[in-house]
Amino acid sequence: MSNVPADLRYLKSHEWARLENDGTVTVGISDHAQQALGDLVFVEVPEEGAGVTAGEACAVVESVKAASDVYSPLSGEVVASNSELGGQPELINQDPYGAGWIMRIRPTDKAQFSAMLDAAAYEAALAAETH
Amino acid sequence: MPFNPHTAEDVREMLAAIGAADIESLFDEIPSGLRSGTLASVPQALSEMEIGRLMSERAATDAPRLNFVGAGAYEHHIPAAVWAIVTRGEFYSAYTPYQAEASQGTLQLIYEFQSMMTSLTGMAASNASLYDGATALAEACLMAVRANRKSQSRRILIPVAANPRYRQVVNVICGNQKVVTELVPYDPATGQTTVAGLDQYAGEDITALVIQQPNFFGTLEAVDALTDKAHAAGMLVIAVVNPTSLAILKPPGEWGERGADIVCGEGQPLGVPLSSGGPYFGFMTTRMDYVRQMPGRIVGRTIDLEGKPGYSLTLQAREQHIRRSKATSNICTNQGLLVTAATIYLSLLGPRGLAQVAGTCMQRTAELVEALTAIPGVDLLFDGPRYNEAVLRLDRPVQGVLEVLAGQGVIGGYDLSRFYPSLGNALLVCATETRSKADIDNYSRAMANVLKSAASA
Repeated sequence: MSNVPADLRYLKSHEWARLENDGTVTVGISDHAQQALGDLVFVEVPEEGAGVTAGEACAVVESVKAASDVYSPLSGEVVASNSELGGQPELINQDPYGAGWIMRIRPTDKAQFSAMLDAAAYEAALAAETH
Repeated sequence: MPFNPHTAEDVREMLAAIGAADIESLFDEIPSGLRSGTLASVPQALSEMEIGRLMSERAATDAPRLNFVGAGAYEHHIPAAVWAIVTRGEFYSAYTPYQAEASQGTLQLIYEFQSMMTSLTGMAASNASLYDGATALAEACLMAVRANRKSQSRRILIPVAANPRYRQVVNVICGNQKVVTELVPYDPATGQTTVAGLDQYAGEDITALVIQQPNFFGTLEAVDALTDKAHAAGMLVIAVVNPTSLAILKPPGEWGERGADIVCGEGQPLGVPLSSGGPYFGFMTTRMDYVRQMPGRIVGRTIDLEGKPGYSLTLQAREQHIRRSKATSNICTNQGLLVTAATIYLSLLGPRGLAQVAGTCMQRTAELVEALTAIPGVDLLFDGPRYNEAVLRLDRPVQGVLEVLAGQGVIGGYDLSRFYPSLGNALLVCATETRSKADIDNYSRAMANVLKSAASA
């Protein structure tokens, strides 16, 4: 079973988001996603300062099996991206909700965060996917 | 005999299964205006004997002539061993293998090719080749758009002095992806792209600068200054190079402070005959930072479970069978057979042999220029440093002169008036190591006669 922390929000496409105290939102991919992808060999993170749009591809994760787009859950500006992933893509496999974070966004519309799935809804979506 | 596997009975059953009256009715939804109809202009079939005779007649009109045309494709001596080896059955395929791991020999050859190209260009990584030099540049422009993540403009600067046909191909391939090419002028005295020509774009978002070395006029560009200025303005640098020349010229990986970012070019000079214009092959190398943005196949070397070296296709997540529409390119063809020829050619010549070829080309062209410019009515147009081509100005239209020369068995050069009308009666000439002193004498005698025979225009 994959780990789905209760304090995060999710997309059906397996991204997670955490609302930080300063109003920014940290984004990564879920434990389920990293398990499904297998060992990651490359992560392309967005440029700091780049604009991102909710629902559009903003990063790429490449494993030995496949390359997948990561979709931004919110629109806004990228205020930080995880440069550690350049040399250590395996951080996403080891710690998808911590050291494996991908980017931090300053959202233009916080309502987009509230509209994301909560942990229970994401777990239900995962259950539906596997059956 | 029909060349399809279905019997009339198969066809009838399949049509019945989908309720169609006949095969023609399957195409009903295509408007009649778009249908090709009967192929009236295609002549009747010929027998094997008839087609053999026709082709022999046509081949005879392509008899060997004394060739002084370069302009992107170069006549070099190809050691007989090259094509004797290439045409062995084990190598005789145009494609990289689909069952990669089952074809270790082919993969090793491509790996050796990649190693040679990275060594020649001074870059970290090479692909397994592309379609030709012009499309390699188009791919390099698209790659620069992906790789230069600080730039949003999709504007690419191309020198006027770069191969004009390459610019056309770039516009055709990249235009629909909203890539815009803009021009950088050259100095009319030297034929060199001017570093100051970049000033008109100062402060603007430009994705990349193309630098062709040597440029279409054969002139050597100020590559260090151009590279540094482009990098300082946030552009990537795309080098377009003649691979033979790199045996004696500074590799693009060492241009300026940081070196070029993407290197591409036409591989034909490396063991591929002129063949009336193709097939040729393109090559591309880059720095390691951008390798995931590079199009084409890449062969890597690894070790297997028993510690033995082995080869495999690598970084395939860039490619269309995995990334679909987001692949780095959907023109993934490579010219495997021609790459085989190039690899064998380079192996036979070695670094010193290739440097001898390049040095001789430079020397022969200097001799050709000296001989031709001694003729009244012929002037050297640019005084910049040259490799194996030069631009001459004649005292009358070039086309007529070339026609008379052709009648005497001399292909005298490339008429620049179509792409560069402002240069006047300008002729681009080239001499490779295949042109002897006697060949150059023959040409200059023929030219002197032509220019003497009629009054200048």
